[in-house]
Parts: sequence; structure tokens; C-alpha cells
Amino acid sequence: MYTKVLTAVAALLTIPVTAMAGPDEDNLVINDELDMISVTEAPAHAENLDTIYSGWHFRTDETQALQIDDFDNPAMIFVDQAADTFETVEGAAGKSCASCHDGAESFKGLQASMPKVDAESGKLVVMEDLINKCRTEHMEADVWKWSGADMQGIVALIGLQSRGMPMNVAIDGDAALYWEQGREMYYTRFGQLELSCANCHEDNWGNMIRADHLSQGMINGFPTYRLKQAKLISRHNRFRGCIRDTRAETFAEGSDEFRALELYVASRGNGLSVETPAVRQ
Amino acid sequence: MKLRLITMVCTVTGGVAMAADTGPKDVHFDDYGAIETSLTGVVGDAANGAVIVGEKSKGNCVACHEVTALAGIPFHGEVGPVLDGAGDRWTEAELRGLVANAKMTFEGTVMPAFYKDDGYIRPGDAYTGKAPSAPLTTILTAQEIEDVVAFLATLNEQ
Repeated sequence: MYTKVLTAVAALLTIPVTAMAGPDEDNLVINDELDMISVTEAPAHAENLDTIYSGWHFRTDETQALQIDDFDNPAMIFVDQAADTFETVEGAAGKSCASCHDGAESFKGLQASMPKVDAESGKLVVMEDLINKCRTEHMEADVWKWSGADMQGIVALIGLQSRGMPMNVAIDGDAALYWEQGREMYYTRFGQLELSCANCHEDNWGNMIRADHLSQGMINGFPTYRLKQAKLISRHNRFRGCIRDTRAETFAEGSDEFRALELYVASRGNGLSVETPAVRQ
Repeated sequence: MKLRLITMVCTVTGGVAMAADTGPKDVHFDDYGAIETSLTGVVGDAANGAVIVGEKSKGNCVACHEVTALAGIPFHGEVGPVLDGAGDRWTEAELRGLVANAKMTFEGTVMPAFYKDDGYIRPGDAYTGKAPSAPLTTILTAQEIEDVVAFLATLNEQ
């Protein structure tokens, strides 16, 4: 009897605190039809997490609502523009993306396995690398700026084709060394504030840091429409900002360091649905 | 003439205060991470300490800690412990050590060191993301540390 009362009291005490601090318990369904895996068991290699959560669960109801309907999702304007860009001829070779690729739909599944090691060069490549390689080698056009609207629009368009599919990046074989490099970065306490990615996104996810609700730092929704910046934000841009905010000399977008970090962080989200393009605060 | 005299006095006072400060490399932490001696010899100003604790561009302590005494400032974080009663739980020397470099008290703590100017990995020029162009300075000055300690010492559980 006494135990039961205690349990009841504990339950009363626990529920409101959890609801406030942790991820919420809403279900992420897009356009009323696409069930997303936004909570699942952590992959074994994310050694200090039991459950992984999409960043969507840490956002306000208002921000969440913007992502569940494509008509409300502000990122879709940029995706629509990218669909036009896909058909636009550019460069000395007189080609568009569509000259070689049978519609954006042909990229279904690609995002779920990115980044990956390029078999030819043995180098770790991310989506932006594939796009710029196409532009220079096949279109004979200039490379796009990493976080430019053109680049991130196409990255989002390609990513969208895999929306709903579980992230499944390879971390073994040729990727193992890059993954180790990314893992080391994740736990390095950079800058004058001496903060690692893990300090916030592994040790303190669910907690508030000033007005910000710390998520697990998953990147399965990138490029993501960030309300604060009112545009699509690249993965590397987010990394750059986070490390800058530790009062550190940050790394460049498109650097090998960020490629490795992208692989590692993507792998921590293996099992979560691709959400591209997500909406965040 | 009068103005010039005041300026001179200020300069001299400022110079003396600076000279008396214990530099970040000369701070002595005891075995438990406390700093017994004031970094400046000047009694801390608790009111200014409260400003530093709440100000984003200064200590921004409320980013991680909730402080009921500063309830007027919005959005207190929950990464670190609530600071209410800190003045009861810790001595002034312990508080000084915690603010200056909490890692000396709690090994591996997430809390940044506010009175340290070397030993960092890729430190930047404040929040610019760029490499520093001048020698690093501490995040808070010696007197700001003393002011924060004075404020924290006023936080008693009622």
C-alpha cells in the first residue's frame, strides 16, 4: 500500500518534468500519409544513447506543424525552384541535370546512404561533392558555393526523394577511418568554452540551454529550413555555427573535417527516417 | 585642469588595481579546486555580479543555470544545477574556484572556465569563428570573477 502511494506520487512528480524537459511524444506523419520513424532504438555504434530522436521532437508545436504538411513547409519553395534548376541547361557542355538523370525521382534511396566513400578515389564524399562533380565534369559549369541557395535546393530535392526511408550509412570498410575521425571530433572539446558536440547533444539533450531546447543533434532532416535564417541550411553550415559558438576557430564548409563529422553524425541517426527538408527554429 | 587630474587619478587607480590582480596563470587552486585568495583584493560588487550572471555578452550563467533571484531575466537553462542556495553550499573560496575553472573542482565538467587563457583546442577570436589575432584573454576579468562570487554568496536558501 505504502509503495503504491509512493509510486503514485513519483508518477505525479515525474510526468510534468519529463513532458517539459525531454522530447515530446507526438507522432511525425507527413501529409497525413507518410509515417516517419522519428524515434527508434539507437544503433550499437552510438554507444552512449539508448534511443534516438529526431530533432522534430524538441521543437515547439508551431514549428512541428510546419513540417507535417508540404503546403505549410517553407522549404518546399526552394525544392520547387530546385526542380526547375534540375531541368536548366548550364555550362559549356550544354547539359542540365535532367540530360543524364531520369528525373529527381531516380535518386530515391541515395540520401539514406550518404555520406559514403567514392569507390574510384577512396575519398569520403557528401551530396554537395557529387553535385559539384557533375557540374564540373559533365556540365562543364562552375562549382556551386557550398551553402548557396542553388546548391542546397538541389541537395534538398535529392534528399526529399528518400523521405521516410531509414538512414543507413556505412561505417565499416573504407568508411571506417573517416568514421573514426568524425567520432574523435564529436568528442573533442573545442574552443575557449571547451565544448564538444557530445557535451550538449549526448550529455544534455532534452535540457534547455537558455531558450534553446537541446536535441540529439541529428542531421536526418538536413538541409533544413531554419526559421531564424529563413532559408535552407546545410549540414556543414550548422556544424560551422556550433563550433564557432564554442568560441573556437571553426572549420570550413566543405572541409574534410566536416565530411568526416557528417559521416559520424549521420551514422548516429541510422534508423531514423530521412526527413529532408525539415523545419527547425 | 580639474578634469585632467581626475583622469590621472583614474589611470593610476586602474593601473594599481591591474597590477594587484592575480593573472590566470598564477591562480592557486587548492586540492579541492578552491581559490582562497581574492584575485583582485577588491571586495566583489554583488549587484554587478548579478548583471554578469544574467548578461549574454558577459557570464551568461543563466544559459545553463536557473537562478530564482534573477527571475526577471527570461529563459534560464537547466544544463547545470540551480544556483539557489549556492551561498550556503559553498564557501567564497570554493565559489571563486568554481567560477574561475570548475574543472579543478569537478573533473570533466561541461562548465566553461571563466578565468583561463590557454590550454584550449582551436580557440577562436571570441564568437567570430576565426583564429585569434591577439593573445587570448580570459572570458571574465579578475574583478568580474570577484563580482560574480560576491553575488553567488548572497544566494541563500530561505
